[in-house]
Amino acid sequence: MTTMTEASVREFKMPDVGEGLTEAEILKWYVQPGDKVTDGQVVCEVETAKAAVELPIPYDGVVRELHFPEGTTVDVGTSIIAVDVSGGAAAPAPAEAAPEPEPEQPQGRQPVLVGYGVAQSLTKRRPRKGPQVTVQEAPLQAVQIELNGHGSAAVKERPLAKPPVRKLAKDLGVDLATVVPSGPDGIITREDVHAAVAAPKAPEPEVAAPAPAAAAPVATYDGARETRIPVKGVRKATAAAMVGSAFTAPHVTEFVTVDVTRTMKLVEELKQDKDMQGLRVNPLLLIAKALLVAIKRNPDVNASWDEANQEIVVKHYVNLGIAAATPRGLIVPNIKDAHDKTLPQLAESLGELVSTAREGKTSPAAMQGGTVTITNVGVFGVDTGTPILNPGESAILAVGAIKLQPWVHKGKVKPRQVTTLALSFDHRLVDGELGSKVLADVAAILEQPKRLITWA
Amino acid sequence: MTVESTAARKPRRSAGTKKSPSTKPELVQLLTPEGKRVKHAENAVYDKYVADITPEDLRGLYRDMVLTRRFDAEATSLQRQGELGLWASLLGQEAAQIGSGRALRDDDYVFPTYREHGVAWCRGVDPTNLLGMFRGVNNGGWDPNSNNFQLYTIVIGSQTLHATGYAMGVAKDGTDSAVIAYFGDGASSQGDVAEAFTFSAVYNAPVVFFCQNNQWAISEPTEKQTRVPLYQRAQGFGFPGVRVDGNDVLACLAVTKWALERARSGEGPTLVEAYTYRMGAHTTSDDPTRYRGDEERLAWEAKDPILRLRQYLESANHADEGFFAELEAESEALGRRVREAVRAMPDPDHFAIFENAYADGHALVDEERAQFAAYQASFADAEGGK
Repeated sequence: MTTMTEASVREFKMPDVGEGLTEAEILKWYVQPGDKVTDGQVVCEVETAKAAVELPIPYDGVVRELHFPEGTTVDVGTSIIAVDVSGGAAAPAPAEAAPEPEPEQPQGRQPVLVGYGVAQSLTKRRPRKGPQVTVQEAPLQAVQIELNGHGSAAVKERPLAKPPVRKLAKDLGVDLATVVPSGPDGIITREDVHAAVAAPKAPEPEVAAPAPAAAAPVATYDGARETRIPVKGVRKATAAAMVGSAFTAPHVTEFVTVDVTRTMKLVEELKQDKDMQGLRVNPLLLIAKALLVAIKRNPDVNASWDEANQEIVVKHYVNLGIAAATPRGLIVPNIKDAHDKTLPQLAESLGELVSTAREGKTSPAAMQGGTVTITNVGVFGVDTGTPILNPGESAILAVGAIKLQPWVHKGKVKPRQVTTLALSFDHRLVDGELGSKVLADVAAILEQPKRLITWA
Repeated sequence: MTVESTAARKPRRSAGTKKSPSTKPELVQLLTPEGKRVKHAENAVYDKYVADITPEDLRGLYRDMVLTRRFDAEATSLQRQGELGLWASLLGQEAAQIGSGRALRDDDYVFPTYREHGVAWCRGVDPTNLLGMFRGVNNGGWDPNSNNFQLYTIVIGSQTLHATGYAMGVAKDGTDSAVIAYFGDGASSQGDVAEAFTFSAVYNAPVVFFCQNNQWAISEPTEKQTRVPLYQRAQGFGFPGVRVDGNDVLACLAVTKWALERARSGEGPTLVEAYTYRMGAHTTSDDPTRYRGDEERLAWEAKDPILRLRQYLESANHADEGFFAELEAESEALGRRVREAVRAMPDPDHFAIFENAYADGHALVDEERAQFAAYQASFADAEGGK
């Protein structure tokens, strides 16, 4: 990293965009060396333990250098970009692309204040004085020691124990640093302290060596340009399910774009409804209800293909799956017997399903036995997609972003809330006619939600 | 706190319980999201407070909202540049704040939370004064008594009690000033707010409780906050509650004027629930995409308070292109002025946080100060206190 010293060059330092955060990862640069920037213009996106945010540059001028590539974690207070503010200056120093990431060791403890934890990443730290090792030169062990102290170098981690246990240890004259913890996350329990008193001559190496940190999934870098991530857990399950589904069930996907203004209005009204108080009412709820009604009118779509027995199994119940992006990856829990539920019951089940999934607490049972699925890709801002069937099911409905768009309404072009629906189905047992009817029914209900009553 | 009935001041009007106020209409709205002026019989009691509003007044409200939003956006940007430690954006709540703020008289007294930048604007507190506290260079930034605008209160809901006590004092003074306390849907769950409701009702205090229900208490949705619409809570305490479209500046102005008049004429407290939406993050430290979906924000974008008044101004021919262009220039100038003023402020003294907690110092604080000093000095590029 070079630091500009010329009078006309300004350095923009990584600000603390949260409260008391120590570092942030550069996710994306929106500018390159040579680009003109104006005061207040967003130049990059960074992510902290709290949030992903955009940073506006406080200078007018021309970008001289980006000090770090995307993907680098940088300490608060470190210069990240240099801007030449001399105005009429000629073209800046040869536009040098953002430097490549240098392979460095992932970090130990990082402050996580809210959210889903911090991704392992490369780190650049604000240089420290004196004898401390700097990360750039440090071997792995040294890095861990430095980070354990959360900023101050070579400080030993304080043993974890609750205050009454600390007092007990003090009263009994036990140094907590010599106690082997047995509690969760390495917490020293009351019993551990008593055990330490009972066996004061515990083997030296065992008590002296801190328990090794649980092996975190660490990405290895083969060269500087690629990251190899072991396939396991949810990712492995997702991959297997997707391959299995995509290469056994011949997929057909159909699309329809629909004016959902009335549905959105109904959502607002339902929010105020006495029976819906305390429940999450959102468009997804009504889309789920619409799909349930469409299935009632076209029951054969709610079926599965039994290859072994050469039979089609039509289900007289609906276990409604909802694809959920969770901290652990994609999962599809389902609402059992959704066809039997009233709207408040469905809202309650949906709310529970989503919050359980977000907390990463979805049980395996909740993910089994689904008969049909909804995937709400609209939350990511996209219009639609061609979803792959959840294995064992014959239909999956993708819901796109609901956006205000010009739409011909009652003979005039009006801003209306419009979305695109996509239905993929297994063509072995669902013909184009049946699939189209299901999709058209869902669309018709969302366009005119009173059909929920007339068709129910 | 307990209420001793013997100590209760005799209400200036009737003693005992009052007739239960009507809960109609369910939402007072005078301007639709499309900017159409609506007149309903059930709104008549409020509508009369804006019946004589002039085009100039309307342009003034519009200007207030635009400038408030501009300065708020600049503050967010300054925080992202490291110039402020934190900022709580009011984006989306301009109508609730400007409408209620412009309903006040100079002698009325305001008890804000930390997000009332629009009300501060109406009270004549300069935007740059708000920012010093968020930069950490002062503990407030303005004299509460010069604008009758109390300092920002970070503690949730406590200002409703301060407002109630102040209002009880105003009543004792015998003036016809009124007091307004701002708070949010999250604060409605605080014990302080319930106590303030109780005391203000029993003492018939001239106070307006102005709740901006922006749907989210950081990441907690309103439906996890209450089982009944918030405005209906007032009934249980014995004073009226009204829900107003918080994105309709005209309705907010009218309803607040009505509530203030009740206070002035000895009819006691009123709860106004301004139904609105926090378009941005709770503060610059928050990431709302982690707990709420886009569809909700998009639905509220269609109800934008500024857009709605603009549509009305244009359709009623109350403002021309020249007005909007001039305002645009004024707004940019304000952004620039705020930016330059903040950048010219001194850097905060990192050691000031160790002062003022104990009058005579404290060994633990001394230890922390020393640790912090050592940490600061450990950086190779350490430059004094920065």
